[in-house]
Amino acid sequence: MPTVQSLHVNGDRKAVDADGDRSLLSVLRDDLGLCGAKYGCGEGNCGACTVIVGGQRVRSCITRMSTVGTKPVRTIEGLATGDKLHPVQEAFLETCAMQCAYCTSGMIMSAVGLLEEKPHPSRDEIVKGMNGNVCRCGTYNRIVLAVEKAAGAMKGGAR
Amino acid sequence: MNDDLELATIEPERYEFFESTPKWETSRRDFFQLVGTGVIVALLVKDTSAQPPGDRGGGRGGRGGTQEIGAWIHIGEDGVVTAYTGKVEIGQNIRTSLTQVVAEELSVPLSKIQMIMADTAKVPYDNGTFGSQTTPQMARMLRRNAAATREVLLDLAAEVGKLDRTKLAVADGKVTGPNGVSFEYGKLTAGKKLMKVVANNPPTKPAGKWTVAGTSVPKVDGRLYVTGKHEYASDVRRPGMVFGKMLRPPSYGAKLVSVNTKDAEAMPGVRVVHSGDFIGVVAPTAFAADAAVNAIKAEWQTVPQISGKDLFKHLKEKAGQGGGGRGGRGGRGGRGGAPANPAAVEAALKRADKTVKGSFTIAYIAHFPLEPRAAVAEWEGNKLTVWTGTQAPFRVRGDVANAAGVPAENVRVIVPDMGSGYGGKHQCEAANEAARLSKVVGKPVKVVWTREEEFTWAYFRPAGVIDVTAGVKADGTLTAWDFHNYNSGGSAIQTPYAISNAITAFHGTDSPLRQGSYRGLAATANHFARESTMDDLAHAVGMNPLPFRLKNLKNDRLRAVLEAATKQFGWGTKPAPGRGVGLALGTEKGSYVATCAEVEIDKVANDVRVVRAVTAFECGAILNPDHLKNQVEGATIQGLGGALFEQVEFADGKILNADLTGYRVPRFKDAPLLETVLLDRKDIPSAGAGETPIVGIAPAVGNAIFQATGIRIRSMPMVPNGLPG
Repeated sequence: MPTVQSLHVNGDRKAVDADGDRSLLSVLRDDLGLCGAKYGCGEGNCGACTVIVGGQRVRSCITRMSTVGTKPVRTIEGLATGDKLHPVQEAFLETCAMQCAYCTSGMIMSAVGLLEEKPHPSRDEIVKGMNGNVCRCGTYNRIVLAVEKAAGAMKGGAR
Repeated sequence: MNDDLELATIEPERYEFFESTPKWETSRRDFFQLVGTGVIVALLVKDTSAQPPGDRGGGRGGRGGTQEIGAWIHIGEDGVVTAYTGKVEIGQNIRTSLTQVVAEELSVPLSKIQMIMADTAKVPYDNGTFGSQTTPQMARMLRRNAAATREVLLDLAAEVGKLDRTKLAVADGKVTGPNGVSFEYGKLTAGKKLMKVVANNPPTKPAGKWTVAGTSVPKVDGRLYVTGKHEYASDVRRPGMVFGKMLRPPSYGAKLVSVNTKDAEAMPGVRVVHSGDFIGVVAPTAFAADAAVNAIKAEWQTVPQISGKDLFKHLKEKAGQGGGGRGGRGGRGGRGGAPANPAAVEAALKRADKTVKGSFTIAYIAHFPLEPRAAVAEWEGNKLTVWTGTQAPFRVRGDVANAAGVPAENVRVIVPDMGSGYGGKHQCEAANEAARLSKVVGKPVKVVWTREEEFTWAYFRPAGVIDVTAGVKADGTLTAWDFHNYNSGGSAIQTPYAISNAITAFHGTDSPLRQGSYRGLAATANHFARESTMDDLAHAVGMNPLPFRLKNLKNDRLRAVLEAATKQFGWGTKPAPGRGVGLALGTEKGSYVATCAEVEIDKVANDVRVVRAVTAFECGAILNPDHLKNQVEGATIQGLGGALFEQVEFADGKILNADLTGYRVPRFKDAPLLETVLLDRKDIPSAGAGETPIVGIAPAVGNAIFQATGIRIRSMPMVPNGLPG
């Protein structure tokens, strides 16, 4: 398998040297030290590893490096602007939409992706749009509230 | 309550896997090596953690009557207050609630307090974070510790300022006195190396006067989580670190016959570590480590194992043999209660106007902590540091020391705030594996279990069978109770209802799968069987479940939560067509819960959806209402999984659904509307709340299904494949 030599992450071009069969998640975490995205299930079913690639939410644990190419990758580390948090991050804090918070990075990236696709989601659309992300601590209703608050704060403007 | 704080004792079925529990050996000099200068106040507590009562399973040898440091607090010259505790943040938000307690007694802003938790080189010995003990035990210790620290600061200020101590007070990180005199804490402690060890009971603020404790302070380090910056054990990276992976048997009990590691060893950067049954690899990436393990050719001899289809029969047949299963020690018997008189119960059953009988089955379920077992081990000479996720850092320290062949003093276990546990991380095998691999290869090694490993080689909540027979008078008075629990466990096995003739027994048996602690232990199973039976009894005498319970319930705290939940729920209102309502109540660990649930029956899909759940909860004085509400909500959701669909499927020593496709956990779509009523009893010491709110949801949902359909489901999970029949 040919190796992948670079990755566009959070606005920067990063040099890597990774087997094309490796997962995007492992390269982000182990090679680039971007550990915000988490391993949860390894089968794309829990969403803890969610990042945004080329504007689409993906499960980075089942995304092979060879398929990423030059598409920009956004991770939780690139979401805030300096000290200013993204409205979704703010909303998660305001509603305390977390307990152990291991799912939080994936939840937030999933919510950001959802709000970029659908700036004014209904409650049902949030539930459907977030259903692929698991919070084992069970903070789902708080997360729905956080996404609603963030949508309100963003007033339809994606960032 | 006893003046001497007592550390948690291990409950009968709180499964513990370790014997070795070395104590903290830090001397006074060591304290100041850790912190530089300042004032340290350490709290001595009576050590009862080492003495489980003689008739209880588990636990360690006695060291009765000794005293040891339970917690300690340092104030540096910058005025920063640092509290040290062996408790672990698992998502229950104790980092925040314990900070509130310290802030309250010391009158310092939250931002001036840091908590050092679960680092065995820095914190006092602690037997683990389980059993809902942090709030009743550690919060109480830190409150006393902080109050004692405040008294020391008042002494210092009186001495420095030559002032009448009785005229001094504390506020906002300062000691203040007459005529505007004030001393910042940092000024009082600067340059000092003063250590006080206290065992007395300084005055602490009553809950009614709390201004910081008792309020909904946000998670103190929430920003770290929403920015992805918090470093969990699985995120730790060390210079030169390599990745480890173990070779696992194909099924439980399989014996290694032969192994060939040549192909794996030939792979670039790979080293194979083989010592007896321990076969692992290290490689430059986790990807390469996976490939290397897959390249090992191993031949195994399988050993016959009990399969899931025979589980419940097996548990009953083996009753009285084994102590509660592989890997853990089972409990024996329920606690408390009058000596049982089988003849009296039998006679009471015969006299009863109505009797009901039911056999309940409880499946094994998995904790599924989203962060699997993970560890990074690093050696420096013969000293070892391990970063890992465990609820019992000192136990894991002993275990790692044994595995690595060094004294426990050489091992430092650091537990970063972790990606949950729910009782599933009382140990951490990944730590032993990383330590052994690292010792051989001479580099830091990270081991992160895959989800399949976590599903297969960790441990489960015990499965069980519960047989109940009960009798009632036509007027609704409970008269006879016969309750037998096989393997599930003894937690909350005693009925809280007033019954004159009762037998309640736990029967240890042989568990085919490795089992251990779980949030709430068997309290969930016992409440499911009990509260389902209570509804059957109410039905048998034609009474509404609410007045039927009230008639037989003397406990005021239980009555209060039941009344609060049913009021909020609107109990008594007829549900819409196709819907049913049910309620359940319970108590465990000194807290009280009542849950009302509404379900909707989907006749087309033959399935059940829980649409609304109202829980009233009371655990004494509330430390943080919003975080408590979060715990109640989370426990309800987690409880729904075990109530409706979670179960471990197994055959011939293999887990058949060892992934998230096969093992269903609650998701957004499963979450009902949740309403929580918190009863704040400022007159009662705070109890823990991480576990008990889980016990009401399963029986409440079962009772609602019964009301809607007339079908009584006596299995947990209730509807793994839709409604029966």
